[in-house]
Amino acid sequence: MLFSRRNVLLATGGIAAVSALGTLPRRSLAAGKIKTAAIYTVPVEQQWVSRIHKAATTAQQRGDIEYTFSEKVANTDYERVMREYCEAGHQLIVGEAFAVEDAARAVARDYPDRAFLIGSSFKPDESVPNFAVFDNYIQDASYLTGIIAGAMTKKKNIGMVGGYPIPEVNRLMNAFMDGVRETAPDTRFQVAFIGSWFDPPKAKETAFAQIDSGADVMYAERFGVSDAAKERGVVAIGNVIDTQADYPDTVVVSALWHFEPTLDAAINAVKAGSFKAEDYGVYSFMKAGGCSISPLGTFEGKVPAEAMAMVAEKEKAIKDGSFTVEIDDSEPKSG
Amino acid sequence: MDGISIIFEASLWAAAIRIASPLIFATLGELICERAGVLNLGIEGIMTVGAFAGWVAVYHGADLWTGVAVAALAGAAFGLLHGFLTVPLGLSQHVTGIGITLLATSLTYYAYRIAFPEVTSPPKIQTFAPLEVPVLSQIPILGDALFRQTPLTYLAFVAVIVVAYVLYRTPIGLAVRTVGENPAAVEAQGIDVTWLRVGAVAVGSAFMALGGAFLTMSAFNSFYFDMVNGRGWICIALVVFGSWRPGKALLGAILFAAFDAYQLRLQQLAGAYLPYQLFLMLPYILSILALIAMSRRAGYPRALMIPYRKGER
Repeated sequence: MLFSRRNVLLATGGIAAVSALGTLPRRSLAAGKIKTAAIYTVPVEQQWVSRIHKAATTAQQRGDIEYTFSEKVANTDYERVMREYCEAGHQLIVGEAFAVEDAARAVARDYPDRAFLIGSSFKPDESVPNFAVFDNYIQDASYLTGIIAGAMTKKKNIGMVGGYPIPEVNRLMNAFMDGVRETAPDTRFQVAFIGSWFDPPKAKETAFAQIDSGADVMYAERFGVSDAAKERGVVAIGNVIDTQADYPDTVVVSALWHFEPTLDAAINAVKAGSFKAEDYGVYSFMKAGGCSISPLGTFEGKVPAEAMAMVAEKEKAIKDGSFTVEIDDSEPKSG
Repeated sequence: MDGISIIFEASLWAAAIRIASPLIFATLGELICERAGVLNLGIEGIMTVGAFAGWVAVYHGADLWTGVAVAALAGAAFGLLHGFLTVPLGLSQHVTGIGITLLATSLTYYAYRIAFPEVTSPPKIQTFAPLEVPVLSQIPILGDALFRQTPLTYLAFVAVIVVAYVLYRTPIGLAVRTVGENPAAVEAQGIDVTWLRVGAVAVGSAFMALGGAFLTMSAFNSFYFDMVNGRGWICIALVVFGSWRPGKALLGAILFAAFDAYQLRLQQLAGAYLPYQLFLMLPYILSILALIAMSRRAGYPRALMIPYRKGER
């Protein structure tokens, strides 16, 4: 009778509960490396993801986290991979939920003692307290590169090639266009989306079409655009990453995203046991050091001085809070 | 510039030929396979293999034409696998083809990650440069469109002529066409159906790989995951559009590419009024309409997708 099925079940359940109670405080006390897993739907070569990967690698080298990642995880597989990392004991899960918003939150509900720092188009939700959101809110930097682009376009015609019109793409394009209007108010914008994140030949053909229609500055949101600009002898403005080394005579300046402030804030919150559903998007703002514009490099001296003075002035205003770049997630249109 | 005058721009047609080039190679490849009676849905994966193999060979110091050869050989290897599974083993050609696509793309990505474990953006190679054909490139519009392209594009056009010649004017071509119509007749001639079909699939797959190689060695200068982006599936439709004839298939590829180049330009003009998705759809919609019109008289190879078993009646 002592070893009836029910008793055994009760006993094992009790042992499990006690050991769980025992491990919980110990886990948060362990101020060592935080086991971090990142799950990406695209390869780490992709611009957006490459910035997260870089910040995580840096944090790992610094000894803050123990970093592992899965790349090119299909959206249909995303939830499973999230759960696997949770089961494997990772404390901080970094990822992107743009196409799996509901599923990602469901996982977070099932693992309330894990911290989720997830790229999302939505705002944090109190009902999932361990699910914080971020995105590349680098509109400040995009706006400043727009000022330079406006000064560089002679034909007042700028071509923009994007993947899909999702908020993180639209927001930067709109801020860029606002910046252009500061220096060249009557500029014509040609906006195109290629319906793919990874088709450089297609992005290149789209850019050719825009250059044929008179664009002399290209906004390079996708790989392939700078190549078209280089072949046709027009200039390009980079986005998220700095590609000037590959295109020294083409890429004037780039709006750079730095994921480090976002990740470091999350790491500190996990260490302090204060991680909660917050919008980490603000850590991408220029004020927080989450974005910057690249040095002009090979284009030093080739950009009109008035434009650079304006950039410096606006950058100062953005940093001291006297000027805010508008956040506009609507789909930009040609015109 | 309005919607009509774009059609008379040389740059539109130059773009159309550029976009068409990989499609021409891959369509020819699929056509050869299907003429021999084997549907090859491995096309998307084989193009990915070609795109990677050619590019990585050049990256490691091979010259461009050697890279092209490496791509073709890599494609042929996967063709042999598809041929082995579908011809002597007689497995379902649909299932095997999809399997080959999954295997080939995944293996490529695996090889890529092994070769480049830590890069932020894939390395670039020096690709084929546009080559102006003297005299001919001076012809208005046509010169710009056809004779200022890269050598791989010229190769695509030459390949159409060669494949058409071989298929219709040589004994081996006759055998390939017959094995897709009536394999028993080929057997009666003392020709081995199995080897003929497997050989045709391997050669066709080599052409598909060249289509992929065009993307990394001519249209662009580095390899990205997913960059084939459905081009292979379009070629399957182009074969039907071309009624399994090389010349018509060439026409179909150029037509599809012209629609694509046209929508890219139209999007710049009318993008403010219509959603961009409509423009992206345009080449597919127009191709479906053209397919409906053309395929009514299409004569498909009679033995397509029917495995041949010796002695079976």
